[in-house]
Amino acid sequence: MSEFLEFRDVSKHYGAVKAVDHVSLEVKQGEFFSLLGPSGCGKTTLLRMLGGFEQPDTGRILLDGQDITDLPPYERKVNTIFQSYALFPHLSVWDNIAFGLKVAKRPKAEIKESVEKMLAMIQMEDQAWKKPDQISGGQKQRVAIARALVNKPRVLLLDEPLAALDLKLRQRMLMELDLIHDEVGITFLYVTHDQGEAMSLSDRIAVLRGGKIEQLGTPAKIYEAPRTSFVAAFIGDTNFFDGIVAEPVEKRTGLAGLWPAAQNTDYSQLKVDGLGDVECYNDKKIKEGEYVCLSIRPEKFQISLEKPEERPHMNVIRGTVDDVIYLGSQTKYWVKSGEYRISVVRQHSKFLLDEQPIKWQDEVWLRWHADDGFMLEKYNEQDENLIQLPPEEVGETDQLAIDAAAAAGEVAPAEAGAADGAAGADGTVP
Amino acid sequence: MKATARRQWAEWLVTLPSFVWLTALFVVPTLLVFAITFRAPTPDGGFGKEWTLTTFWSLGNPNYPAIIWRTIWVSTVATLGCILLATPMGYYLAKADERRRRWVLLLVILPFWTSFLVRIFAWKVLLHPDGFLKHALEWMHLVKPDTTLLYNVWAVLLVMVYTELPFAILPIYAAAEKFDFRLVEAAKDLGCGSFRAFCSVFVPGIRVGLLTAFLMVFIPSLGSYVVPDIVGGPTSEMLGNKIAQRAGPDRNLPHAAGLSAILAVTMLAPLAGYMALRKQGTPGSDLMEKGA
Repeated sequence: MSEFLEFRDVSKHYGAVKAVDHVSLEVKQGEFFSLLGPSGCGKTTLLRMLGGFEQPDTGRILLDGQDITDLPPYERKVNTIFQSYALFPHLSVWDNIAFGLKVAKRPKAEIKESVEKMLAMIQMEDQAWKKPDQISGGQKQRVAIARALVNKPRVLLLDEPLAALDLKLRQRMLMELDLIHDEVGITFLYVTHDQGEAMSLSDRIAVLRGGKIEQLGTPAKIYEAPRTSFVAAFIGDTNFFDGIVAEPVEKRTGLAGLWPAAQNTDYSQLKVDGLGDVECYNDKKIKEGEYVCLSIRPEKFQISLEKPEERPHMNVIRGTVDDVIYLGSQTKYWVKSGEYRISVVRQHSKFLLDEQPIKWQDEVWLRWHADDGFMLEKYNEQDENLIQLPPEEVGETDQLAIDAAAAAGEVAPAEAGAADGAAGADGTVP
Repeated sequence: MKATARRQWAEWLVTLPSFVWLTALFVVPTLLVFAITFRAPTPDGGFGKEWTLTTFWSLGNPNYPAIIWRTIWVSTVATLGCILLATPMGYYLAKADERRRRWVLLLVILPFWTSFLVRIFAWKVLLHPDGFLKHALEWMHLVKPDTTLLYNVWAVLLVMVYTELPFAILPIYAAAEKFDFRLVEAAKDLGCGSFRAFCSVFVPGIRVGLLTAFLMVFIPSLGSYVVPDIVGGPTSEMLGNKIAQRAGPDRNLPHAAGLSAILAVTMLAPLAGYMALRKQGTPGSDLMEKGA
């Protein structure tokens, strides 16, 4: 069986700017697929080409085996939820939802039944005769979803649907979108610049940069095993260390029985300025003498006041606590070690008050497993600019990043939910 | 409390000049015109001191309903023609890039740099039996040699649409410029073709502009005098021509005033309709109507 939705070598230029650069990707039926990237990475262009609002310069787009590249928007069995919702201001909620069915000249009784079913789904039966300017942002969002879904599209396209909502509403709509996807079972193609949204909703994510796919995979795969430093930095928090690859670590044959996983893997020493030698997993077989960037996620560090015991493949460094941010379910530490300021996140699985707390200016030990450090190519300044967020978004994104980390870091959803409550963001769902 | 009172007083103070201006130079003269209808005419073209109903009764002249009717339908058709031409133009202008838009807007406003009268006389030349347009159409076998283009109601309509078109384009463009064209995309996404999207989303989206254009064109059209006078014949006389005739050659000022009063009342009708529509457009009433 061929893939359900397919972009085949699709490119689009605006003048000299390559918005989409030879992208090929396949989406399975019923999948929640996200296109994730900073602004200008080409994700919206891809979506608009699927919707029929832009024509690709090269390549084909196939839906369910049919080449839809040259079809006008109204002949495509896809519907879009626009970033601004684009509800018709002169029509009531009811008429907005019925719009597509009326255009398709469906029988009156069918229109009535379908619209009422949709209104029930979005729980807005009693607001059916209100105009879009009389309902709240979240309700507008739900009407936009209903207006698209009522036409039973093969693919639902979502263009940053939550960008216009405030944080709490966004979290709630995130859950609703997830429920709706489970309920209707159609393919969702979701465009976002917010990695938190993409992580928590998607079956698979394509991370885009400069019109190209940087990495494609499940959220956990992308988070845990980023292929490039751009992906590592864009998805969640990470710490980067610059280093030079030194000699490979000898195979510890003597311990092979005890650590079977480590038996056939290849580890390299990495010289990091100011930290000394650290051991890392070298799956890419990077040769000696190469400059690389080591990425370690904040939650991969174990922080302790006492020196931890030495174990094979475990790296231990010493540092000073520079800042402590208590977040309820977890605490974030900034640890100064050498010239690095390392971000460390510690989940609290035990009752915290019994422990001796780690305070500001404490001397601490950081320990991590060689498998948790990824050697990546160095990323340039341009990437750094792409990753930068506008100041007003930093706070929100941090929270979502934490949520995402909690979700990806194998914390049970219930615990993550409780974490929200403890962090003071309670009462999300009235 | 004191601050609120002072602010109200200040607001009242700044509104005062325009209020006085409107009262003194618009409301009072209009009422005077109404009043003069009930004065007796004097042979020197003025009006006497005594009150009389003679003029009022003479307004029942059987010639008038036909002229009033023609005034209304010619104005309506001219207005609809203008709106029909101006709406796609407004759409185009709002979608066009900055440079092109500036040029086209300049072209729309350009006719105002030439005197209104000169432009109408130009049309007279064009439509004249020996005029360029007549010859061109004849050469293309679109009109017979004995067809007259000038001195009929169609010539009046044509020239009225020509002169009023900018007044329709400008408010429609102003509304279209504020229109969110993503709505057109949304309509297409939901299955509309381009024309249907235009009609079902763009047109309702600029309805305030359309209403304004309607009033901007319809009201001056009702009072038009020069256009029917120059390119229209005796069979295409409008109320404006009759008023001029009564006030000028006939030297019957009260009669002219009576006709003006009729015209003023005719103009109030679409305004009242406009107000009613706007009131209906407010959310509350709509809700009550549909919820019931």
